[in-house]
Amino acid sequence: MINLKNRSLVSITDYSKEEILKVLDIAENFEKDQRQKILTNHVIASLFFEPSTRTRLSFESAVQYLGGSIIGFASAGTSSVKKGESLKDTILTVSNYSDLIVMRNPLDGSARYASEVSPIPIINAGDGANQHPTQCLLDLYSIRKTQGTLEDIHIALVGDLKYGRTVHSLVQALSLFNATFHLVSPESLKLPSSVKKWIKDAGLEYYQYTELSDVIPFADIIYMTRIQGERFPDPIEYEKVKNSYILENSMLEKSKESMRVLHPLPRVNEISEDVDDNPRAYYFQQAKNGVYVRQALITAILGLKG
Amino acid sequence: MKNKRTELKVSAIRSGTVIDHIPAENTFRVFAMLNLENSADHVYFGTNLESRKLGKKGIIKISNIFFKPEEISKIALVAPNATLIEIKDYEIVKKEQVLLPGEIQKIVKCVNPKCVTNNQNVPTYFKIIYDHHGTMKLACRYCEKTMSMDDIEFI
Repeated sequence: MINLKNRSLVSITDYSKEEILKVLDIAENFEKDQRQKILTNHVIASLFFEPSTRTRLSFESAVQYLGGSIIGFASAGTSSVKKGESLKDTILTVSNYSDLIVMRNPLDGSARYASEVSPIPIINAGDGANQHPTQCLLDLYSIRKTQGTLEDIHIALVGDLKYGRTVHSLVQALSLFNATFHLVSPESLKLPSSVKKWIKDAGLEYYQYTELSDVIPFADIIYMTRIQGERFPDPIEYEKVKNSYILENSMLEKSKESMRVLHPLPRVNEISEDVDDNPRAYYFQQAKNGVYVRQALITAILGLKG
Repeated sequence: MKNKRTELKVSAIRSGTVIDHIPAENTFRVFAMLNLENSADHVYFGTNLESRKLGKKGIIKISNIFFKPEEISKIALVAPNATLIEIKDYEIVKKEQVLLPGEIQKIVKCVNPKCVTNNQNVPTYFKIIYDHHGTMKLACRYCEKTMSMDDIEFI
């Protein structure tokens, strides 16, 4: 029996394979009809302690399409955090005013802690460098939608595999679906062994590459990532690797027709703009899918769908 | 010398605790962790002693001190095979191997400076896990980072 009602979502590993598929099925329903007015009596709190464009706006858009109301703040500077209020006090206060809290916070582990102190469910919209499970779910939704299945996918993960939290979550989730992982990164940004352990423990295979062109002919999905300067302890290291992988339209000639290029966005220069018009480019649709997935999560957790 | 002594004799204690089978390299760590340098009573210790089980081991004898379960958890973290012997009136009243709990709460600091436990008033909480080489590690319940035993710092 799958029941997501009143359960916080902190990490993608909080959900089983069946629960992930359930959310994706509900999201598919919202893709068909995005404007179901089923949240009209609900207030969702959106607490963004650090800036975000896509995640915050897509959550807010998800709620508003469903007729719900949003309260909250878009940066810590406009909240009582500036006065020194603890995270616990903020959560306990806001839980008096809303039915569900969506939170982004720069501290690793803040979402797990918030879910422990909060009397209402929390959806983690990113806790520092740790987890971003709604991004993972929209990635899975996009893969299933474009490939027709989540099973047995050959996925190429490209760029910053060391610090990129979306990559780590995606590896954890796709390990449930018998994926084969093709890991393309500079030597200094390889996937950490703790994440590779997920693949091994699931009895699956991974292959490591330093050249992007090596994986293009056989990949079902090419998942590009930005090499994030802000995550590097050493700026010199960042300068060395920042332009390692740039996907250009001409490189896609040898790719499968069904292959799709995904990217969690924002991109800097790792996907040339000439790729945007290629039918294999899927990253803007992927961002749009985020609204359906977030609608699915909110309504499942509030017990309105599922 | 007729009878060659192969064992080290350390004074027996009347009452207190003996911690035996400490990995030699961690003897001083256990010593510091239990704050024994500030002990007012007799404390005897030896390290690099021969041990069939460990190769080289350390031993600490502490007069008039009996450890609480959370202190025993601390010992277990750096000396998972240690034996704890309680002595009263020169007699052994209890002898047991320290037991590593599956979870470690409040006694170790998270190594990740950005972890919520290092920035808000949140007690630490770790699960004990083993990597693919079978090496013991601590996984933070909050930031989900794993840390090796060499990185642990007690609160």
